[in-house]
Amino acid sequence: MDCSRRTLLKSACAATAAATLPISAFRLFSPAECRAETGKPGTRWIFLVDTEKCVGCGLCVKACKLENEVPYDAPVTRTWVERYVITSDGKSHIDSPMGGRDGFTSPKIDGQEINPKEITKAFFVPKLCNQCDNPPCVQVCPVGATYQTSDGVVLVDRKWCIGCGYCIMACPYGVRFFHPEYKVAEKCTFCYHRISKGETTACVQACPFEARKIGNLRDPDDPVTKIVMTQRVGVLKDEYGTKPQVFYLGLDRNVR
Amino acid sequence: MHELIVHGAEWTDKIGFVYPNEFIYWSIQIVMYPYMTGLVAGAFVLSSLYHVFDQKDLKEMARFSLVFSLCLLPVAMMPLMLHLQQPLRGIEVMMTPHFTSAIAAFGIVFSTYAVIVISEIWFVYRVFFVEQSKALKGQPGLANNFKRIVYNVLTLGAYELSEEAVRQDKKAVKILAAIGIPVAGFLHGYAGFIFGSVKANALWMSPLMPVIFIMSAVVSGIALCMLTYLIIMEWQKFRAILAKGRGDASVELLRGVEMDLMTKTSRYLMMFLVAAITLEMLDLIFRGYTQMKSWDILRTVMFHEDFVKIFILQYGLGNLVPFILLLIPGLTIRRTAIALVLVLFGVFMMRWNVVIGGQAFSLSFMGYMHYDLPIIPHNLETFKEGLMGALTVVATPFVLFWGVNKLLPSLTFRKQ
Amino acid sequence: MKNHVLRPLWLVLAAIALLLAVRYLVVPSDFGVNGRSFTYGFHRLSNVADWQKFPDKYLGKEYCQDCHEEKVTENGSSKHRNIQCENCHGPAYGHPDNPEKLPIDRSRELCLRCHSQLPYPGSQRGQLKGIDPERHNPGQPCAECHNPHHPDQEVG
Repeated sequence: MDCSRRTLLKSACAATAAATLPISAFRLFSPAECRAETGKPGTRWIFLVDTEKCVGCGLCVKACKLENEVPYDAPVTRTWVERYVITSDGKSHIDSPMGGRDGFTSPKIDGQEINPKEITKAFFVPKLCNQCDNPPCVQVCPVGATYQTSDGVVLVDRKWCIGCGYCIMACPYGVRFFHPEYKVAEKCTFCYHRISKGETTACVQACPFEARKIGNLRDPDDPVTKIVMTQRVGVLKDEYGTKPQVFYLGLDRNVR
Repeated sequence: MHELIVHGAEWTDKIGFVYPNEFIYWSIQIVMYPYMTGLVAGAFVLSSLYHVFDQKDLKEMARFSLVFSLCLLPVAMMPLMLHLQQPLRGIEVMMTPHFTSAIAAFGIVFSTYAVIVISEIWFVYRVFFVEQSKALKGQPGLANNFKRIVYNVLTLGAYELSEEAVRQDKKAVKILAAIGIPVAGFLHGYAGFIFGSVKANALWMSPLMPVIFIMSAVVSGIALCMLTYLIIMEWQKFRAILAKGRGDASVELLRGVEMDLMTKTSRYLMMFLVAAITLEMLDLIFRGYTQMKSWDILRTVMFHEDFVKIFILQYGLGNLVPFILLLIPGLTIRRTAIALVLVLFGVFMMRWNVVIGGQAFSLSFMGYMHYDLPIIPHNLETFKEGLMGALTVVATPFVLFWGVNKLLPSLTFRKQ
Repeated sequence: MKNHVLRPLWLVLAAIALLLAVRYLVVPSDFGVNGRSFTYGFHRLSNVADWQKFPDKYLGKEYCQDCHEEKVTENGSSKHRNIQCENCHGPAYGHPDNPEKLPIDRSRELCLRCHSQLPYPGSQRGQLKGIDPERHNPGQPCAECHNPHHPDQEVG
């Protein structure tokens, strides 16, 4: 009798522990919590794009493709640069030929000549994976082949991905694609192999204008963290609730 | 060096501003997938209506649609396998299911459903297996011997034919059919969830999506069963005419049975058709009324780019015309057949307009993508995700049915 | 013979047992919840290390400096000092062993990435020194007149 009561108690304790565990495991980070995390040890990689500084040379795209072995002549790319030309009629003309790999050398957009007098503003916007805090691409992977690392980068396991394409569909930013050689989902990794060694990403290194920067949100002395904390930064497609971690300076409302 | 193929580039035309990595990644096979699972679910629900709710008028249809849903089972999985970039890793869905993904449940839901269908068939046919095994005993010939072994295995060693045992079989069938209805609904509803839960896709994201998918699934399932039954009855009638002449009583009898069944089943078909269209219209009206950010591009896709596919082919030819055809009094076999083909086409177009239509516009909302269905394949990719791959999927259940029907005769066999 | 009804169930249980056995053999031992939750951290742990092992291709100016110090110093005082050597000379991975020489991009297209004039108000691109490539010595390599390492100096 005594023995069975003890077993009962034991299993009751175990059941309670098992029941509380998933609740804590499913806790999500709010932005406030994220801010509170700053300064604590650890790493949360974030990215800063200054659209005021970008000139559309596309050297970042070239460097990314060569660094990460994404077939150079394939139209798919981990990072790309978009050109926005807004004319006085309010229309926005947008293009990104080959993802901006060869830069923007012609004033024509989609073969269309635009009268320079009608241009009211024009700018370039580099894009890359937002390494979201709530990555929808990870949520929908049926086999656990894509995941978020403890420092906030979303990676794809090339040995485990079944190539269903659900993650590609789930990403509101269109950053994912199928790798033409490996036939698995492919995406920007913030050059995980480089940042893990204390180096910077290939695109940041290649940019001559310092339009791209990578930083650690948990380090209050990090210059990128300082900018994100003190200046007015924007993010892309906030309405999807993905909590993107690529921040933009000088983001225009026309940016898609 | 691997062959360099950018998945999707082959059949995607981009117009306007589309992000560089955007292509039609989900093509014809993903159209086929909900279509085929829809047929499975629909066929099963039809057979269950008889077993559970005792709809006597569906008796003839019940056995046939049950066996047919068995033949459709592997076909529901085929499009997924043909679509995967790494088909050999497909089993991982069972190995490491990540349950926050709608696809992860596929392995479990689908297996559960398969188990229910197969068990139900086993209970329906157990007596037949035993009888066959006994009848074949002692008969000469290697083929008969082999057949007997197969039937012996199929009985699972349960040879009892007492009244009590047969009663238990019937009870089991009833229970399984009852469990099967929600599972079939779930199997297909969750196929709708796969699309409805993609928040990045403005067309797909809707809580109504699973319900819409179930309704249209039942519609297509019933239509396919009716059509196949109709074709088989016509064939039998044709054979009876050849053997006994046009005016023979047996031909008249067949004709009467066939027409009677068609009239009764088509009522169920129309009921589900109305439900499906109502929900789709509700979804459309809601999007138009709320005018969220995506409405501008959705409107241009629906009313300009894909107008013919959505309003002419799907709603007009696929829903309205067959509805009228079935409603006009004095239903004939020919008219029913035309209506059924149109219904099947309409549901297919609905799947097409959801899957391909959902990718017809860029995530930038500033451009469009057009899908060119590869017709003549020139590599594995264009075969799998082209017309030929789709036709392979369509043909498979009929080939399977031909084979399965040899073991489980669902058309001529009468139990009493 | 009484319970023939349960036979399919035994079959199913056997199939599940088989599946679990296969699962035990197939799934890597480090597969599990490794991050903050099942939703975002369910994966094969060793894949993180796989990605970390990926080789660098771009090695940076500091690497070039070890052998080409005078070139780096010359460039260091010019307007082009912010441009990485590898942007024009190609990634240094494997150099100087294999490849011994790096393929240098001397094309006009390379320079035009920045110096093709685009009339863009409000963008830094509009403020960069630029040319109309169709009018400014078409077809001639830029490096014949301009020193890419030190653009203010004539080619010597």
